[in-house]
Amino acid sequence: MPLRVAVIVFPGSNCDRDVAVALEQISGQAPLMVWHAESTLPKIDLIVLPGGFSYGDYLRCGAMAAHAPIMREVKARGEAGVPVLGICNGFQILCEVGLLPGALLRNAQLKFICRDVTLKVETGQSLYTNKYETGQIIRIPVAHADGNYFADTSTLNELEDENRIAFRYSTSDGKIDPSANPNGAARNIAGIFNKNKTILGLMPHPERACDPVHGGTDGRPFFEGLVQALAA
Amino acid sequence: MDGTPYSTGITPDIVKAHGLNTKEYQRAIDILGRAPNLVELGIFSVMWSEHCSYKSSKKWLRQLPTTAPWVIQGPGENAGVIDIGKGLAAVFKMESHNHPSYIEPYQGAATGVGGILRDVFTMGARPIANLNALRFGDPAHSKTRHLVAGVVAGIGGYGNCVGIPTVGGEVNFHKSYNGNCLVNAMTVGVAPIDRIFTAKATGVGNPIVYVGSKTGRDGIHGATMASAEFSEDSEAKRPTVQVGDPFTEKLLIEACMELMATDAIVAIQDMGAAGLTSSSFEMASKGGLGVVLDLDRVPCREDRMTPYEIMLSESQERMLMILKPERESVAKDIFHKWQLDFAIVGHLTDTGRMVLRFHNDVVADLPIDPLAEAAPEYDRPWVKTPALPKLAASSVPETDSVLALKKILGSPDMCSRRWIWEQYDHTVMADTVARPGGDAAIVRLHGSNRALAMTTDCTPRYVQADPRQGGCQAIAEAWRNLTAVGARPLAVTDNMNFGNPERPEIMGQFVGAIEGMREACLALDFPVISGNVSLYNETDGKAILPTPAIGAVGLIDDLAKITSLALSREDLSLILLGDTEGWLGCSLYLREVLSREDGAPPPVNLPTERKVGDFIRNLIQQGFAEACHDLSDGGLAIALAEMCLAGNIGAAITLPSDITPHAFLFGEDQGRYLIATALPEKAMEAAKKSGVSALILGKTGGSSLKLGSQGIISLTELRQVYESWLPAYMSV
Repeated sequence: MPLRVAVIVFPGSNCDRDVAVALEQISGQAPLMVWHAESTLPKIDLIVLPGGFSYGDYLRCGAMAAHAPIMREVKARGEAGVPVLGICNGFQILCEVGLLPGALLRNAQLKFICRDVTLKVETGQSLYTNKYETGQIIRIPVAHADGNYFADTSTLNELEDENRIAFRYSTSDGKIDPSANPNGAARNIAGIFNKNKTILGLMPHPERACDPVHGGTDGRPFFEGLVQALAA
Repeated sequence: MDGTPYSTGITPDIVKAHGLNTKEYQRAIDILGRAPNLVELGIFSVMWSEHCSYKSSKKWLRQLPTTAPWVIQGPGENAGVIDIGKGLAAVFKMESHNHPSYIEPYQGAATGVGGILRDVFTMGARPIANLNALRFGDPAHSKTRHLVAGVVAGIGGYGNCVGIPTVGGEVNFHKSYNGNCLVNAMTVGVAPIDRIFTAKATGVGNPIVYVGSKTGRDGIHGATMASAEFSEDSEAKRPTVQVGDPFTEKLLIEACMELMATDAIVAIQDMGAAGLTSSSFEMASKGGLGVVLDLDRVPCREDRMTPYEIMLSESQERMLMILKPERESVAKDIFHKWQLDFAIVGHLTDTGRMVLRFHNDVVADLPIDPLAEAAPEYDRPWVKTPALPKLAASSVPETDSVLALKKILGSPDMCSRRWIWEQYDHTVMADTVARPGGDAAIVRLHGSNRALAMTTDCTPRYVQADPRQGGCQAIAEAWRNLTAVGARPLAVTDNMNFGNPERPEIMGQFVGAIEGMREACLALDFPVISGNVSLYNETDGKAILPTPAIGAVGLIDDLAKITSLALSREDLSLILLGDTEGWLGCSLYLREVLSREDGAPPPVNLPTERKVGDFIRNLIQQGFAEACHDLSDGGLAIALAEMCLAGNIGAAITLPSDITPHAFLFGEDQGRYLIATALPEKAMEAAKKSGVSALILGKTGGSSLKLGSQGIISLTELRQVYESWLPAYMSV
């Protein structure tokens, strides 16, 4: 059974091609590109909300995309257990639509930041992280102006208690401290799961670290593990 | 009054405010056979502005070589086009947005990026990279920090949102830019070679279609503003600066790409400087046709806009197209899908005239060709820049070499630009192979193992000291930077930034720079395929350093055969290639260490330049060079320090005894490269065979940089020096 992936394209999405290329290279299947104005999806194994500036980031990052016609369907599928991956702007949209808790605020230094960051894989036991070891340090690029993860203390505690933090910004030797935090994110959080770990939102771009010419391939196991787990 | 006719409501002062001199106004009357009305006067004003007509520079630009077997489209279209093989073409251009960026840095720079992007995708090319060449005033000047912050944020704000990586560029600081910063933006795009679109209108009766954003009152007379000097009241010109919307630009790119995949488009032109006026004029003029425009149909953002405002608005993110008549609905559906305005605003005629209709009246009626052809062209008086004496190294005081290295490496012109390029998304599109900070950026041709290398270069202090040598050096350095990563240099775009051309000494700089560029382009088979001229970069009579910024593109046939400046491992041999005399005139050593800006700049020996560069490229192809860096500002010591820092590996060299250490370490002799190789014998033998001077300097390894007996510095300290100035400066 071939893998069926839908990449949602909003006006202003700009990493839709990049993530589709990464998935196609690894799964051998070209994802279905779904326009935001659609209101239904065929039977699908994975929904991807790509990075970019949906609706120009006007009003608030992800706020308008969360009300796009297709999002009603994405939300229903996600709540029914279909895996949903949100990268960068996709993470912001997942928070805005309520599939993940919290919000992404303006970076603490108030500037766009594009560079490689080192991440600590907080759990290797998920659909998305099964090719990594828990505690493994990986290097992946970030590129965002609003990646400063925020949630109230009880939500943060709940995320930790339920092992729902996927990645944290860390130093290259695994220390979780402010020097490793590129944007001021609470508890250095770079990516989180929903309760069932079927939905993941993350700020870093694994699709930009899949090919040796990218200068690193630490994002490749992310998609390899995901594709294998979905095929299983 | 001298008997010159004026239409009702037009006074000599109004004519003057439109930037037309008496002769130009008389010429307008001769063309029309009557006095122009206000709308027509506005059109003459923008079409004959320096910005649109190149009236002071045309005569000299013609001297630049613009052809080669791989050139598909030279200057004259929205952007230049070259054949890069396998059915693909590279489309690129650099353009200035200097005046608006000084007045309103964020929007000025942002719309500069938007404008150059449109120039490239108008040709049918999907943009794959942006670069920018920036010049700011003295860091101590009160406006500099504000301008750096605004310009960088504007470039990032626009480029990041449209999702085109910003992969390279350059920045200089000098007091001559205190009153006029330079913002030169370059876009590189790729198109199928058989799908290049141009602005040549054909087909009488074909509809003229307006797409994109609505027309507002912003940017009226931007082109005229960019054709005059600044004075104390420049701030009052803020309303002439346009406001950009990168989100709409992104939609416009996607909609145009979608439409271009059909057969609906006859011709297409973006609305840049002088908006609807110049776009419709250029299309009709190139096709030898006429146009009728119904201005009532132009989508307007504001109520009660006048024909004058509609024609002169420089609102952003707008395009004009000629469509095949039966294909209108295809185009309309695509633009509506992307939620963009789409309006049929007129049609082509065979009259050769531009007729503008508004509220059932004809509000302008002008002959197109006479107006375009009769655009004034000046052979402005010029004087040759006096030659400066060559400065003997022996007359330049020696100082502590390690301290000098630190001083130069940590200076505003040489320190790390990380603070800037980390604000630019340089990895989006997932094809960036070599990121900012190297000799040239490398961007993969999507889905292939080939790539384009790209760079921007100019050393304004050399051009100031000797325009001819400086112009030659700017071309040579761009060629060298492409060579240093393993690319085959193909073509350049030039952005000529100068002061007031009405001053003979400024015109002399322009003439000299063109002469030097021409010589270098010819010697290096490196044609100019597009460009832009920005004159009147003066405030209160003080001109900028002459800055012919060069953008250049080269081809990489195999991504396995590239190199970077980063030292890749320990125990490699360091070899200096090219001739070293120890030229300290006009050097950074002189300026940063001794606070002097005198002497003639280093000359470029073009035959040697070519020989050494071709040799280096072969060496990289054969896998003999594991790291490579060209020697430029600051000379050998700076280049070596940059290689150590990029690879985080130290090096130790010995200095030859037949030259003074300061001349060897900091001399800026041209046409040189430093390589790191595991095969020094082979490299030396090859150099000997090719007649290229080569000198083994030492080895890589360790965690410090040792400059012979001159001293040693740890990489940690070196990095601290290199990385700290810009963030510290910008955090105040």
